[in-house]
Order: sequence, then structure tokens, then C-alpha cells
Amino acid sequence: MSHTSRNARQRLLALSSRQHIEARWGALGALLGDFPPHRCVRGPETGMAMLKGRTGGTGNAFHLGEMTLTRASVALEDGTLGHGWVRGRDHRHAELIALADAVAQHPEWQQTLETQLLAPLAAELAERQRRDVATAAATRVDFFTLVRGE
Amino acid sequence: MYVAVKGGEQAIANAHRWLADRRRGDRDRPELEVAQIGDQLRLAVDRVMSEASLYDPELAALAFKQASGDLTEAVFLLRAYRTTLPRLAVSEPLDTASMRIERRISATYKDIPGGQILGPTYDYTHRLLDFLQLAGAEVPPAETRDDVTDAEACPQILALLNDEGLVEQEIDDGSEPADITRDPPDYPMDRAARLQMLARGDEGYLLALGYSTQRGYGRNHPFAGEIRLGQVEVEIHVAEWDETICVGEIALSECQMINQFGGSREAAPQFTRGYGLAFGHNERKTMAMALVDRALRAEELGEPIIGPAQQAEFVLAHADSVDAAGFVSHLKLPHYVDFQSELDLLRRLRREHARNSSPELGESLDRPSTEEETSARKLGQGKHDQESGVHGL
Repeated sequence: MSHTSRNARQRLLALSSRQHIEARWGALGALLGDFPPHRCVRGPETGMAMLKGRTGGTGNAFHLGEMTLTRASVALEDGTLGHGWVRGRDHRHAELIALADAVAQHPEWQQTLETQLLAPLAAELAERQRRDVATAAATRVDFFTLVRGE
Repeated sequence: MYVAVKGGEQAIANAHRWLADRRRGDRDRPELEVAQIGDQLRLAVDRVMSEASLYDPELAALAFKQASGDLTEAVFLLRAYRTTLPRLAVSEPLDTASMRIERRISATYKDIPGGQILGPTYDYTHRLLDFLQLAGAEVPPAETRDDVTDAEACPQILALLNDEGLVEQEIDDGSEPADITRDPPDYPMDRAARLQMLARGDEGYLLALGYSTQRGYGRNHPFAGEIRLGQVEVEIHVAEWDETICVGEIALSECQMINQFGGSREAAPQFTRGYGLAFGHNERKTMAMALVDRALRAEELGEPIIGPAQQAEFVLAHADSVDAAGFVSHLKLPHYVDFQSELDLLRRLRREHARNSSPELGESLDRPSTEEETSARKLGQGKHDQESGVHGL
């Protein structure tokens, strides 16, 4: 599955752990050759997002409570802007997402980004979610009926 | 007369130092790490996040550690931290139907699409102390069913009843919900604002009120239609891209309670509903919340209001543990001058009482004027009202 859409890439990187991203980032820099230096033009900064729920799951919205949220915007030396957002307070995580967004806007880097970072992270995420499904499935109740008499 | 009293700085500093020493405990043992609390005491962490109304497991674990395990104090710490952060976004409504399910059960239908999934539950444990944990026994990893690779769809069970029109439907009318953190609560309060207050309400308090409805103080005949726990993705709309994006996922607990019928000349009888939603794994909290949410709909559904759990202002104004603990705890602060004025008043009343019951004795005492006495009473009353107003928010 391709993660070339900004939206899909942002989701994948936000759902991946910062450690997983960083582990692959070093190799990525080497592959990109003249890996671009960047500067933060906004943040990284931590604030909150107010979360809404829905009455009964489907009805009117209500305010459930807040969560911490960090955002960052970076600029490459050629002026390309990238943005990133992530739940929690990890500045480096948000910065890496923003940097990936900026890098992805250069067609010559897209393929490397996809194969070296996004595809492996997607595989890790899928594996984590598969394991969760398999663990939950082990606690699924198999009802059986005791038949009495003939 | 107001007399400012200073002093006690050294005593306070030393008291806090002792507190820190107590919290650290025996130096021969390793110090508890915040990450360990987040990992191994996660139900406490979830409760702190839920009642503090701020989802951040690491900070909730820190608060729990700093409070030496006092949940109410931890909630206070995290709630106070919350006020230091700017609000960057408001999320799209969380879609609990698309939850990655860890637990999902129904007490109303046995065979449901997606099945009954027990998840990591304390239900069916024998509540016998496990002395192996005292001995530090190895714990085997969770069992998995590796033949299952894709989660079977788990539709909301109440949607199944909706097909027959047997249960009232919750439909979004597009109204913008109130936000009690921005606008002071005002009564009567609509359901969205009530749910926001219940979601941050103290679990013990909501549990007691929910229990009271079961015991007959505003009975509403509940069934646990569906309870689900799991991970839900959070989406916000960002102006930079003019798009809705996912920024991560959070653990949520949800309870859909089905309650006995409502109906009118126009509308056929239907099951009614109560709803509970909370951060983390907070199943008991969401069940209690759903019972109380339903009880608070009494007026809307034309039911007699006979129990405390049905009285919105009583229920909601006392649900917040930070408010409640703050106002109760303030009684510990020096009230030396207040108390002195009460003493003066009491002495005057006693002199008056003595004079009335024994005129000879009374005449020898100074009688305060009636006006003076009344104004002293008013003063005392006014002070309390003012305090309630300040802490009530």
C-alpha cells in the first residue's frame, strides 16, 4: 500500500512510535544523499486538542475531555514547508513527521521515502494490529449448548 | 479588623521535604519509575486521565507517583497542569464504531456479529489474593489465536435493535455542544453538557448514584446493551491542508445502556438509552455514567423525579472531585478570625439565653442589640455563599 498521500503518511507516522521512525531515519539520510538540512518555522509546540464524543455513539456531539497534542512545521533550505501533528508531547516525533512531509514533496525522494521508511513502518503497524486482533480473538467466547436427554 | 498572620515557612518546607522522603521510601529498594506505573498500574493511570479530563498516560502516571498513589490528588495535579496548555484543536467526533476492539460484550444478545470478546478483564476472577504475585512468579505472555488475522466487524449492537424500531435512535442534529471548560455551567443543562460533566465526574460518586437508581431511587430498568473497550483514532481538521487528519489513537471505554420503555400517544413504546464514555479502560465508570445519564433524562422522558440521581443540579454540581476536594480541604486552612467572630457571637447568644431563663442574672450582663446580632448572622451566612460561588466553578 502506498503512503504517498499526505493524509495517509501523516496517519501512519502518527500511529508509529518515534523510536521506530528514528531507527529508520538514519539510514534514510544516507540514502537520500544530500539529505536536506531543515529548520523549524513553527514549534515544535505542545498544546491540547479537545476531543468530542457522540451521544450514544451516533448522536449529538459532546465534549469528552482534552488530550495533549504536539505540532511542528519545518522548512527545507529550498523553502519547502512540511507540517506534522502527533498525540502527546514528543517534540521530536512531530518534527520528524513534518520533515517527512517536506521531503515527500520532492519527487526524486518520494520513492526512497516510501521504500525505506513508510513501507517498513506500515508493515510494523500492521503486525502490531494483527497481534492485538489475535490476542483479543483468544478471549472470544465460543458458546455451546448442552443437550439433555434423547 | 483583619490581622494578617505570617510564619511557618520553615515548617512548610520541612513538611514537604518529609513528604518527598516518605514518597521515596526505603532507599535500599529501586525507585518506582513513571514508565513502570504507566505500564503496570494502568487502570489507576486511566482513572486519573479520565477524571482530570486530560488524555496523557505519561503525565497521569507522573501525577500518580507524585501523589503517592492518592488518586484524587493526582487528578488535581493533572487538572492543574491542563490549565497551562493552549488549545490547538478540537477533534472530529470520535467514531467508537470503528474502535480496534480489545473487549466487547453484550448482556442483551448472546450471538452478535463480531462475537463476545472478554479482553483483559477482572470479571470471572475469583477475587482470591494471588500469593504468587507476592513471590514474584513469572507471568506467561497473553494467549493468541494466530489463525485470526483480521478483526471481524463489530457493529454497535443497538444498531441491530434499531432495524425494528425497538430502541430510540441517537441522531446527530448538528447542534454545537456547550463546553463547560469555557462557559460556566448553567441549569437546566442540555444532555451534551451533562455528558461532559459526567465524563470528568468522580467514579465513586457516579457509582453510588448509579447504584441508588438500581435500588429504587429513580429506577430505570437497565441492561448493559453493549460495553466496548479499545483504541480509537483521533482526527482533527487542519487549516494548513484544509483536511481532516489522524494524529494518533487513544484508548476508550464505552457503555450503551438499554433502559425500559418510553412512548407517548404519538410514539410507539421504545427502549430508551443511557450513555457512558471515558478515557482508557474505565468500564465501571462508563456503566455508572450511563445509569446516571439515563436518570438525568427523567424530565425529558416525563418520569417523576423521586431520586437524587435524577436531580441534575444536585448530581452535576457535586460530581467533580477537584471542586469537592478543594472545598472540603479548605476547611483545614487557618480560619482563626472567622472562628473568633463565631466565638463572640456564641458568647452573646449564651448571655441572652441566660438572661431570658434567669432575669436577675441576665440584667447584670451586657445585652447586645438585636440589630447587631442579626447583622452578625447575615455576615456569617454571606461569607459561606461567597465561598461556594468561588469554588463551585
